[in-house]
Amino acid sequence: MKLTPYNNASTAAITKRALVIGGGIAGMQASLDIADAGYEVVLVEREPSIGGHMIQLSETFPTLDCSQCIMTPKMVEVSQHPNIRLMTYCEVEDVTGDVGQFDVRIRKKAAYVDREKCTGCGLCVEKCPTKVPSEFDLSLGKRKVIYVPFPQAVPPKPVIDAENCRFLTSGKCGVCKKVCEVEAVDFEQTDTMIEERVGAIVVATGYDLYAKEKVAEYGYGRYPDVISGLEFERLNSASGPTTGEIRRPSDGKVPREVVFIQCVGSRDREKGVPYCSRICCMYAAKHAMLYKHKVPDGQAYVFYMDIRADGKGYEEFVQRGVEEDGTLYLRGRVSRVFQHGDKIVVWGVDTLAGKKTEIAADMVVLATAVVPAAGSRKLAKALDIVTDEYGFYTEAHLKAHSVESGKPGILLAGCGQSPKDIPDTVAQAGCAASKVTALFSASEVGGSLLDLPMRFTASKSLRE
Amino acid sequence: MKIHYYPGCTLKVTATQFESSAIASAQALGVEMLELQRWNCCGTVYSLANDDLIRQLAPIRNLIRVRNENGNAVTTLCSMCLNTLKSANLLINENPEKKRTINAFMDEEEDYDGGVEVVHLLEILRDRVGFEEVRGKVTQPLSGLRASPYYGCLLLRPEEIGIDRAESPTILEDLLKSMSAEPIDSPYKAECCGSYQTVDKADLVIEKTRDIVSWAARNKAQCIVVSCPLCFFNLDERQKDLAERESGTALLPVFYFTQLLALALGLGAEVCGFQKHVIDPRPLLSSKGFI
Ligand SMILES: Cc1cc2nc3c(=O)[nH]c(=O)nc-3n(C[C@H](O)[C@H](O)[C@H](O)COP(=O)(O)OP(=O)(O)OC[C@H]3O[C@@H](n4cnc5c(N)ncnc54)[C@H](O)[C@@H]3O)c2cc1C
Repeated sequence: MKLTPYNNASTAAITKRALVIGGGIAGMQASLDIADAGYEVVLVEREPSIGGHMIQLSETFPTLDCSQCIMTPKMVEVSQHPNIRLMTYCEVEDVTGDVGQFDVRIRKKAAYVDREKCTGCGLCVEKCPTKVPSEFDLSLGKRKVIYVPFPQAVPPKPVIDAENCRFLTSGKCGVCKKVCEVEAVDFEQTDTMIEERVGAIVVATGYDLYAKEKVAEYGYGRYPDVISGLEFERLNSASGPTTGEIRRPSDGKVPREVVFIQCVGSRDREKGVPYCSRICCMYAAKHAMLYKHKVPDGQAYVFYMDIRADGKGYEEFVQRGVEEDGTLYLRGRVSRVFQHGDKIVVWGVDTLAGKKTEIAADMVVLATAVVPAAGSRKLAKALDIVTDEYGFYTEAHLKAHSVESGKPGILLAGCGQSPKDIPDTVAQAGCAASKVTALFSASEVGGSLLDLPMRFTASKSLRE
Repeated sequence: MKIHYYPGCTLKVTATQFESSAIASAQALGVEMLELQRWNCCGTVYSLANDDLIRQLAPIRNLIRVRNENGNAVTTLCSMCLNTLKSANLLINENPEKKRTINAFMDEEEDYDGGVEVVHLLEILRDRVGFEEVRGKVTQPLSGLRASPYYGCLLLRPEEIGIDRAESPTILEDLLKSMSAEPIDSPYKAECCGSYQTVDKADLVIEKTRDIVSWAARNKAQCIVVSCPLCFFNLDERQKDLAERESGTALLPVFYFTQLLALALGLGAEVCGFQKHVIDPRPLLSSKGFI
């Protein structure tokens, strides 16, 4: 099978500019690699700042280096790179064309702030009278209604959350506009559409965590001291709502016993998703360790099915948690979690001892399954690429073409393709970037650049 | 509204107070429960625990009886009956092949189409009558009654046929609130009561009863509210056994939700058959001024 390039010509010119969708570590890495090779990149991120989930993490396994220390310089590099055009608070609406010549329509969401004019002085944020739960801190902390999601945000320019803004909902207030010296606040702003032509696209939209309402037996959403792993990351972050002290949400007490439950939603064919989320064994081991470092007289328990520590230095890391930090591993599932007085009681089974166990804990941390970012299916439709039944983007061939989507010129990176840790994410992003630069180094599209991924998709569709 | 009613065996023997209070309460709320003229055993554990298709004949025959009387829906009170009838429906609707086999086998019966809806009385109260409507008809609010709902297993599981969310049900709580009673939440509310183990492993069931009742008592519940006759039997009868073994055990009366509903609707103790209980609930009820 031979692909007919754009405009039905037998070959087509290549626009040597790439679009990267998603500004997590995957999208940032891909953008930097392409930009360093000398090509232009348009990086589209739907949130007000780049950084993705990694900027929310405290310290990272297996080295326990601080996530922000790795991320912040990279984020700044992305924003200052002469070849990268950063478009935050934007979303890709529509894509037409083919490899070499994609036409992309991008929605620039109304921020109610002219972020070009804004100097990032922060006065508006300081003066804004309304506070709402912060998405970045997963509602454990608050933010203003005109806000930068977190102090190191890139760009450090605020947006207004229209739903909660007093001026936009009732016409009262307008303090931010009054104090802005450069007159950047603009309540009249509306969404605008921007068109770009690019030669290749890297899709790096990452993940979300499994919805908490779905794990009623673990009381998530009902009991404030049952939290998710990501919430634990925020509690453990120096920049987080407790300035890095492990204090439980309900009453701010330091928890003396903490239970970590793995495979919440993952590997659960009955009620959750059947696949393994791949990162939870490691981050639960990390959490237990970090907790013990902060609360030396505390005890961490981990309920697990089996430990999957297959990365470089990972098994050693888990062992260190057991030997040096006294993490108690219980092999078995938890059947119920409930509040009793000020304790969170955990009923589980220790299958090695063959006994039911009950732990009266102070806090419970759930390792909820990794699922594709909301909107992944919709984006896949716009890009005309395929997702699997869960919404992860499908690669052209799992082994031979694991970063190519089925559509030539569209590449995949990071957790949007499948759950993975940071090392794998960065490696895949670099690979996607090198495919893009290989394409751009050709003078026109044709031959093997088109053939290879198509051969695999063609044979795959024949099988189906 | 009128709806066909499938009683099942227990309702005619050990749980007559459940039936009488249910029929009277439903009537007071404008729901006429019409007992099927012919019915047989629901299939009980045999149809649930065995893959053999022949075990499905009992529940399906009952559903055919509903069709014989031109019915589209049937209500039941017992959790086991609800479960067997609903499971049989699900099985044959998902497996046309099995449906054909069963219909071919029962050549003396009309073919069953799989279309009879099976609903529990609690679902009728929630979805058709509405708890707000119930609240409006309450003449004797059960204010100050702290009741711990206990669902057991068969009302909620498996998920496809459960009447509420299996892990965090609230239908009994919502009903209790509509009668101004105070529900006491319990982690045991959707655990197993020990079920038929009561026949030859009474000790095991006594253990289960201890867990369920002592939690409720510690959390200041004054009674336990159930919907299943087997749960009722285990919690009532085995609680007495427990108290005989362990002095100082609090005795909590056990109610069918319909008994409390009947009282709240002002239908009086006559329809409630309280004399059948092992743990007499009348002292509690009279101390509250409800009887
Ligand atoms: C609790 C927890 C702890 C962890 N700890 C570690 C650890 O210690 N070490 C480790 O190696 N890994 C760890 N991980 C895994 C790590 O978070 C991921 O490997 C990494 O963040 C994946 O990066 P990503 O860029 O693929 O996805 P994300 O970080 O999810 O980034 C995706 C970005 O795309 C944006 N986006 C999504 N959809 C769109 C769209 N339609 N248009 C535009 N933008 C969009 C998002 O806003 C986001 O900024 C942890 C994960 C969790 C949950």
